[in-house]
Amino acid sequence: MPIRRRDLLKGTAGIAASLGLPRLARGAETASIYDIERFGNARILHLTDTHAQLNPVYFREPSVNIGIGEMAGRPPHLVGHAFLERFGIRPDSADAYAFTSVEFEKSAGRFGKLGGFAHLKTLIDRLRGDAGEKRTMLVDGGDLWQGTGLANIMQGRDMVEVANLLGIEAMTGHWEFTYGEQVLRDNLEHFKGEFLAQNVFLTEEAAFNDAPAFDKATGRVFKPSIIREIGGHRVAIIGQAFPYVPIAHPKRFTPDWTFGIREEELQKHVDSLRGSDKVDAVILLSHNGMDVDLKLASRVTGIDVILGGHTHDAVPQPIAVKNAGGTTLVTNAGSNGKFLGVLDLALDKGKVGDVKYHLLPVYSELLKPDPAMAELIGRLRAPFVTDWLEKIATPDRLLYRRDNFAGPVDDLICSALRTELDAEIALSPGFRWGVTALSGQPLTMEDVLAETAITYPETYVQEMTGAQIKDVLEDICDNLFNADPYYQQGGDMVRAGGLSYTCSPTNAIGSRIAELKLANGKALSAVRHYKVAGWASVNGQQGAPVWDVVGKYLRSGRMFQERLGTGVTLKGVDGNPGIAG
Amino acid sequence: MTAHTGPHPTRRLILQGAASVALIGLGNLPFAPVRAAANDKYPEEVFKLKNEADAIKALYGKTAEPSDKVRLDAPEIAENGGVVPISVTTTLDKVTSISLFVAENPNALAASYKIAEGTMPAVANRLKMAKTSNVTAIVEADGKLYSATKEVKVTVGGCGG
Repeated sequence: MPIRRRDLLKGTAGIAASLGLPRLARGAETASIYDIERFGNARILHLTDTHAQLNPVYFREPSVNIGIGEMAGRPPHLVGHAFLERFGIRPDSADAYAFTSVEFEKSAGRFGKLGGFAHLKTLIDRLRGDAGEKRTMLVDGGDLWQGTGLANIMQGRDMVEVANLLGIEAMTGHWEFTYGEQVLRDNLEHFKGEFLAQNVFLTEEAAFNDAPAFDKATGRVFKPSIIREIGGHRVAIIGQAFPYVPIAHPKRFTPDWTFGIREEELQKHVDSLRGSDKVDAVILLSHNGMDVDLKLASRVTGIDVILGGHTHDAVPQPIAVKNAGGTTLVTNAGSNGKFLGVLDLALDKGKVGDVKYHLLPVYSELLKPDPAMAELIGRLRAPFVTDWLEKIATPDRLLYRRDNFAGPVDDLICSALRTELDAEIALSPGFRWGVTALSGQPLTMEDVLAETAITYPETYVQEMTGAQIKDVLEDICDNLFNADPYYQQGGDMVRAGGLSYTCSPTNAIGSRIAELKLANGKALSAVRHYKVAGWASVNGQQGAPVWDVVGKYLRSGRMFQERLGTGVTLKGVDGNPGIAG
Repeated sequence: MTAHTGPHPTRRLILQGAASVALIGLGNLPFAPVRAAANDKYPEEVFKLKNEADAIKALYGKTAEPSDKVRLDAPEIAENGGVVPISVTTTLDKVTSISLFVAENPNALAASYKIAEGTMPAVANRLKMAKTSNVTAIVEADGKLYSATKEVKVTVGGCGG
């Protein structure tokens, strides 16, 4: 295994003295890529969208992440070599492996897994130590409590314990809400940090019925922000939860709450922090998604930096956005614990003098796991993990999810749904979480859960006409490719099994999807009824949880049902740098 | 409560204060006890019109110009198409009526409010929307029409990242 470490060091900074260290010496405290030059007087460390991945993971970044309109060709809608060129990253380097899909399988063997909370703990403690006492803060952008079988069965409580040991001081949320209000509140009782959300309000009915809220006057359910003294200056952190929770997920989880981007309320709050509280810096801890954040930054004034998440975009450098009040920097810090954002600020009275930002890949081979965190993770997993370690299949190809239209993980889920539920067509949601599995490596139930563990996993079979199917595809496609980011929800396209179609992302809703065909090549009829299987419906369903359906299918020795490939032919986006060449 | 969230009355509370105006809006229910501004009769025929331009013309007999003095607050994406919260405020003087139109609804006119002299020109309502549509607010002020339009998306939901 020292080969991996050698490759890592070559690929990045390359210290000769570290070459050939035995396995036990991995994670030597001197891994130089984490030596960051001292800058400024305040350091904010940003994690986001870890999706409860306690241990290091493989995660292949997308090879298709198309931006259209103003978003075409600009970060985060760059993939592959276009991404490497934009950010000056060498194609065969460890960073190329961390940030893109370029030669993923080859590099996975060289550079190993990324992330893991014991490794993060080591890195975070070190970066805090480097900056000095009372000069740092650790924040989390949400999607911390969901994404694994363990988080699902413990309803996020495992991650609260991990967050407390890690020292997360403030967070906001998205999937956290899908455990429902009671679990959310119980978990927050145990969370030592603050849960912030300026954009979650009581519905009028709930306010009328005197439902609990942080601030009855405004109807705000949660504290919108906190002010911390960091490096001798006052820094405000505002939380921005995912704006579309009751739309993207079953409304039954949050019946009393209403969300939204809430630009106007945000502007008022920023103005109040600056005017009344005289803070020196305003940071928005956002789960909007990067395109939404970029638009928001052009319209809301007075925010210095938006630390963004949700869309899982690993963007190495902040994007500067001008607005009527000055400039706001926008970041997005990737997913699954692969990256740690490091925002160094030179604060002055009432303003941010200068900023340096690093998005550090968390190379597990270079970081010694923190013993206390490793012990906690082991203890949390122990009661459940033996049930999940049974090897149920060995894939003959790389399994990944992240891409705009399809990926082998979802091909597999759709194959399982169609076979086990005897359906002509399967639909599977375009989630962006879910880890990558290497070809030839056995899959366990824990791996299946890492792709499927949600609080509404029930499968369904229903009859739909061809016209209804097309409408669903059009509707979801508009969530990705609406020219106005405020109308995007941040997921990827619903995955279709047993169905192929063409998609013209630059067209308007209603005219993007065409040439729909069944697996047998026959054209989909608008009026005929088809048997459609799926899961993760926003309407209540009664079928078996999807992980059981997929597990049963894999145990039967089957894998992929038909031809590989997306089944989606793109039109009108030739040369878009959001498609890997 | 922290010091930085002062007890400012929100617009919502202000709107509740203006309840005498807000409560009479009953969406696109045909029996909304509201009188159109242009005349004092209940505009029964206008509520039956399908097309937005026809409805505006029938109600007011003139066309509106877009104005940034009309503030239309509506969600980008509706959490529930059956009850889409919407509010209209304006800084225009001499407001005599405010009307709401949903272009893609079976009948375009959703509500029309007569604003009595000396009343705060602020209304709130909940619109029933079958599908994604532009929503237009028209403010009649000093005999002229001003408008603001926003698209409200009604989606099947699901599939959030």
